[in-house]
Amino acid sequence: MRKEIKSSLPADNEIILGILNDSKDILNRLYKTYFPMVLQLVLNNNGNEDDAKDVFQESVIVLYNKVKSGNFELNSKLKTFIYSVCRRLWLKRLNAQSRNMRNVEDFSEFIPVEDDLEKHEEKDRQFHLMEQALKQLGEPCKTIIEDYYLQNRSMQEISEKFGYTNADNAKTQKYKCLQRLKKIFFQS
Amino acid sequence: MNKDTEITNLIDAYLRDELTPAERSDFQQKRNNDPAFDLNVVEHENLVRHLKEYGERVQLTSDMNAIYEEIDIDALKREAKPELPLIHRLWAKYRVSTAIAATVAMVAVFGTLFMTGYFSEAISTNYTQMRREINSIKRSQNALIKNIGDKPSKAPANPGQFGGTGFALSSNGYVVTNYHVIKGADSVYVQNSLGEAFKVRQIYTDPAHDIAVLQIVDPAFKLATLPYTFKKSASDVGQTVYTIGFPRDDQVYGEGYVSSRNGFAGDTVAYQVSIPVNPGNSGGPLLDSKGNVVGIINGKQKFADGAAFAIKSNYILESIAAIPQDSLENKLVLNKRNTLTGLSRQDQIKKLEPYIFMVKVY
Repeated sequence: MRKEIKSSLPADNEIILGILNDSKDILNRLYKTYFPMVLQLVLNNNGNEDDAKDVFQESVIVLYNKVKSGNFELNSKLKTFIYSVCRRLWLKRLNAQSRNMRNVEDFSEFIPVEDDLEKHEEKDRQFHLMEQALKQLGEPCKTIIEDYYLQNRSMQEISEKFGYTNADNAKTQKYKCLQRLKKIFFQS
Repeated sequence: MNKDTEITNLIDAYLRDELTPAERSDFQQKRNNDPAFDLNVVEHENLVRHLKEYGERVQLTSDMNAIYEEIDIDALKREAKPELPLIHRLWAKYRVSTAIAATVAMVAVFGTLFMTGYFSEAISTNYTQMRREINSIKRSQNALIKNIGDKPSKAPANPGQFGGTGFALSSNGYVVTNYHVIKGADSVYVQNSLGEAFKVRQIYTDPAHDIAVLQIVDPAFKLATLPYTFKKSASDVGQTVYTIGFPRDDQVYGEGYVSSRNGFAGDTVAYQVSIPVNPGNSGGPLLDSKGNVVGIINGKQKFADGAAFAIKSNYILESIAAIPQDSLENKLVLNKRNTLTGLSRQDQIKKLEPYIFMVKVY
């Protein structure tokens, strides 16, 4: 192990609370606190900064899903958790590129995170499925669905934006779009 | 709007919590009573949940990308992985190639050496010459020891550094031994079985055949006529032979047979003899049962049982012929008459005893 890069740490429970509240500030601090550690890991093990970014962001997604799933209990330091996830993800990528690393140069302690990653893989699969389904859905359905379900816009706003004569027409359109999405998503 | 659209909108309103308490309890009621409707709600909920998760992840990723843009990545990189000195970077980059190149080079070198038979020469380390190292003091220290000895004495006070065996060529004091026994000697003495030592000088050496001819310096020295002769022709394999030598301070008899026409690694100068020999036997005569000298013991193979080697007697004769007779004080005349033939082995040995010397090298 080589010396690790030190940085001022926000408290773990502060971060978890921030995640639950969707705090942008906490995400910012989380990112700036732990990214250097992951960058160090990846750079010193045959990767570049883009690899580090991908791996780190994936680990943050894993953390968010874990926290938001409700039954989150942290049985290690958050730092160790993130490091372990990133380490595992990076090793997996190296293997996939068949750039075999016999030993990883480590910068921190780590814990087994196989279970979390298994769950993450399932979520990841669904994410890509949804991405694919929305793409297949095409416009204007995609935007209507995103506006209504993701941006939480009212039907009134949506019908104005798309130039429908009344909200009911928009609702009919939304209904058709949703039916199609349902078909695509659950059938694939 | 048709019925399905209305149901969907109702569920959406329910999920968004836009229903009035009355509508809400109606909704619950309907779910409980109508399993098809309930299934519809569950399915809808499920899809919306996946949609929301998707949305959250897209949002999170775009937030993070924005943060990433803010980071001074180059500064972080410098801190995370300090640039190594050039030599380290080159080593990290090329060490695999270097290892392969080194391996190839080694294979090439040793392969070539092997193909050209370099290693077959190395077996000669299996071959030991049978001269005896009497003590471990190096000969380079010898001069010092002699200086300390204040009384000059005829026979040296200290025992020889190396020892071997030699035997008389003629009755007037010529003795033959191995070249390797007397090689590099400061002075050489021979000692007979009675313990009398005589200084000798080197008359002729033949390193190629490992033969040295010595002469006892004392003009008064005289032996009775030699009982043995030298065999000119080659001996046959299977011929019984024996030797007498000085592997220790007394004469030691050893018996065996010629086991091969050629010596170590096919050396035609020597025979292979199956006979027990030890350091100190070098230079000893090899006699056949009739009392003819057929060779001179000079070595044995390490790690092989009963493989000793003896220089063929005709090379002794060649060496003697090569000595310019004019330069000799006394003529070297070889004995022509063998008086050992027909005697029992014990009697042969008794008669031989005075003609075999321990060669001591200082």
